[in-house]
Amino acid sequence: MTTEKSENKERIGVYVCHCGSNIAGIVDVQDVAEWAGRDLAERGVVVSRDYKFMCSSLGQELIEKDIQEEGLTRVVVAACSPHLHEATFRTACSRAGLNPYLCELVSIREQVSWVHTDKEAATEKSKAVLSGGVERVIHHEPLEPLHVPIHPATLVVGGGISGIQAALEIADAGFPVYMVEREPSIGGHMAQFDKTFPTLDCSACILTPKMVSVGNHPNINLFTWSEVEKVDGYVGNFTVTIRKKARYIKTELCTGCGICQEKCPKKLIDDVYEAGLGYRKAVYTPFPQAVPKYPVIDRENCTFFQKGTCKVCQKFCPTDAIDFEQEDELITVQVGNIILATGFDLFDPRKVSQYGYGRLANVFSSLEFERLTNAAGPTNGNIVLRDGVTTPRAVGIIHCVGSRDRNFNNYCSVICCMQSLKFAHLVHERTGATVYNFYIDMRTAYKEYDEFYQRILEEGTLFVRGKVAEVTGAARSPGEEGRLIIQVEDTLAGKQRRIPVDMVILSAALQPRYDAKEVAHKFGISCSANGWYIEKHPKLDPVATMTEGIFIAGCVQGPKDIPTSVSQGAAAAARILGRIQQKEIALEPVRASVDQDKCSGCRICNSMCPFNAIIFHEDRMVTEVNPALCQGCGTCIAACPAGAISGTGFSDQQILAQIEGLLMVNFEHARVAELG
Amino acid sequence: MTENFEPVIIGFTCNWCSYRAADLAGTARIKYPPNVRLIRMMCSGRLDPSFVMKAFSEGADGVLITGCHPGECHYLEQNYKALRRFLLMRRTLAQFGIEPGRVKLVWASAAEGVRLANEISKIVEEVRALGPLNWPKWKDNGVHKIALHELEEV
Repeated sequence: MTTEKSENKERIGVYVCHCGSNIAGIVDVQDVAEWAGRDLAERGVVVSRDYKFMCSSLGQELIEKDIQEEGLTRVVVAACSPHLHEATFRTACSRAGLNPYLCELVSIREQVSWVHTDKEAATEKSKAVLSGGVERVIHHEPLEPLHVPIHPATLVVGGGISGIQAALEIADAGFPVYMVEREPSIGGHMAQFDKTFPTLDCSACILTPKMVSVGNHPNINLFTWSEVEKVDGYVGNFTVTIRKKARYIKTELCTGCGICQEKCPKKLIDDVYEAGLGYRKAVYTPFPQAVPKYPVIDRENCTFFQKGTCKVCQKFCPTDAIDFEQEDELITVQVGNIILATGFDLFDPRKVSQYGYGRLANVFSSLEFERLTNAAGPTNGNIVLRDGVTTPRAVGIIHCVGSRDRNFNNYCSVICCMQSLKFAHLVHERTGATVYNFYIDMRTAYKEYDEFYQRILEEGTLFVRGKVAEVTGAARSPGEEGRLIIQVEDTLAGKQRRIPVDMVILSAALQPRYDAKEVAHKFGISCSANGWYIEKHPKLDPVATMTEGIFIAGCVQGPKDIPTSVSQGAAAAARILGRIQQKEIALEPVRASVDQDKCSGCRICNSMCPFNAIIFHEDRMVTEVNPALCQGCGTCIAACPAGAISGTGFSDQQILAQIEGLLMVNFEHARVAELG
Repeated sequence: MTENFEPVIIGFTCNWCSYRAADLAGTARIKYPPNVRLIRMMCSGRLDPSFVMKAFSEGADGVLITGCHPGECHYLEQNYKALRRFLLMRRTLAQFGIEPGRVKLVWASAAEGVRLANEISKIVEEVRALGPLNWPKWKDNGVHKIALHELEEV
């Protein structure tokens, strides 16, 4: 470790970006650039410029021109976060013939101008950050990206509409897909709906053909009633272990005739597909159009597994397909890329206790209502009260239950307004009942959505603007006896209202899967504080994640409607197809390596690596790092007592030099006064 | 201690979580004091204790080490190694007469821009209360060289 600065022969170009007024509004960019040109000249800075938009083609050309004309050997750009534009400036260097890894991008936007308000302090900090970059870049080395082959197969987790779209796009392009679905059938939430907004076409009619294509596709290997157990490896070459839960059905013999389901004596409430409104048997397919057609035996509820006798299904099965001896299978597959499309859970409206869900019989959740209206649902599509016969005369639909509510979720669940309008239409069309919609704001963005709203308005649905205070069964007047009373402040009329209805539908929020965090950890990606998965860039890279090779699609990233989910599925597929076509991907060459002459064979580093990238050669008593397995975290580098391990891109020299640079500018004015 | 003492703090961040939290703090325009200067590493496990010594010896008054929450490390478990090193290092620093409050380890996920900004504000105030470290002044007396030498021995 030296405190005296090393001699520097590099010719460094410094570029300070204004980012319009994003940076220049707080940081005196001109001063920073002039300061660098003057005070850092002895550190090798030969060119120092400020420019309106460094990332524009003109800004990039500026760098390219200087590399060629001024013979720059290093480039430092002070602009936005490297996560945004590092690649841009590296490519510019590369175009001008400079190794791209000899360029350093330091952040004076996210870390300075956007978070500080004092102009003087911000300018000073920018100088410090810039000088850190200059000192660091001196120690950069020319590097070559690592080329990793891409395995042509893809894993799609989740068989909802988004996953289905992604799988079909990839399979149709001729590449193999493994699809893993936790439930006995693919289809996801869309399979539970009757109609889809705003066109009101039948959900099953547009979804089922796609499900069948997935089931029949020669390039798709479908694992339902299965979960991903473990993910190893990295982009291009993941090894995925899938747990195929025992179905207790020999799928090669089963014809899907359904006799077992008919004969099974154990009937129970179906909480998943029927949202608790209908029944299923212990051996079941969730719905008639299920893909695959094979049923599963639900071990926890099967009389045979509970009491040791029954086997009625086995007795009646015409093809001897029932097998009580089956066990879970672990299957290992190789894939190059992974798409997570695991969807959402519905917010439990019981939590909003004043709306009475679970306490007042005729308060329904949105998913329950979807099942009520479904022609294949428990009431054959008849909209009736919980007693199963009475048609409601008045229905209240409450928006934003669990969304846009500080007590639950701050976000908007996106689909509830349109879904509530759809419900209003269906109630109106099928029962002629009076329909009230209680909304905070109507949000009907996107194509044909607002037209749909206009149509529902014309149909005579009543809209009350206000957040419902309470749904209660306690009548105050004879007209309210035996009905549900909605207490609400009508903010347009400016008064309190009590509206008696027979049925209340709660448009519940969409929320992340209960195990979203666990799954994110399994795949090594990050999720936001609520549990939605974080995309690589909120606008420009919405389906990639920070982890190379892992993509997200659909509601797993945040609430969205069917068209957007489908688009994301297709987008993720397109991203992956591009990579498969390329056959390989260039990765950051951030890797550790051992100088075998310095290694003393102490083996301290050997236990540091969770990827088993460190190999110890017993014969020579030295350690070696396998670059194909190394992920570049650098923990072994920090652990080596002999300093024998070095890391490209983040070497000791680079970091130590950056510290020196960062501390060169040291609030001199404050400090001088202090130290006297 | 003069009232206009502005501490300088070096922050070590993990490429996958806390550096992104800093990015997020920026995108969300969350304000925090300008006293912290960040260094990006691939992982908190990369933190060699000598980096901390280097920061102090170059004039930093405090060091903030940040990484992924336990169980959320991008490299599975390397933040635990950072934690172990941190605890050991803090004891060693105390033996050099450096107050433990000058070094802090904070977990911040990529979603926790607000948390990171709060932690930065906190450490700035804490170090401000401790006053300047002035290690570069010792440098002239050659004291720190002995200290560094001893650390390398360890």
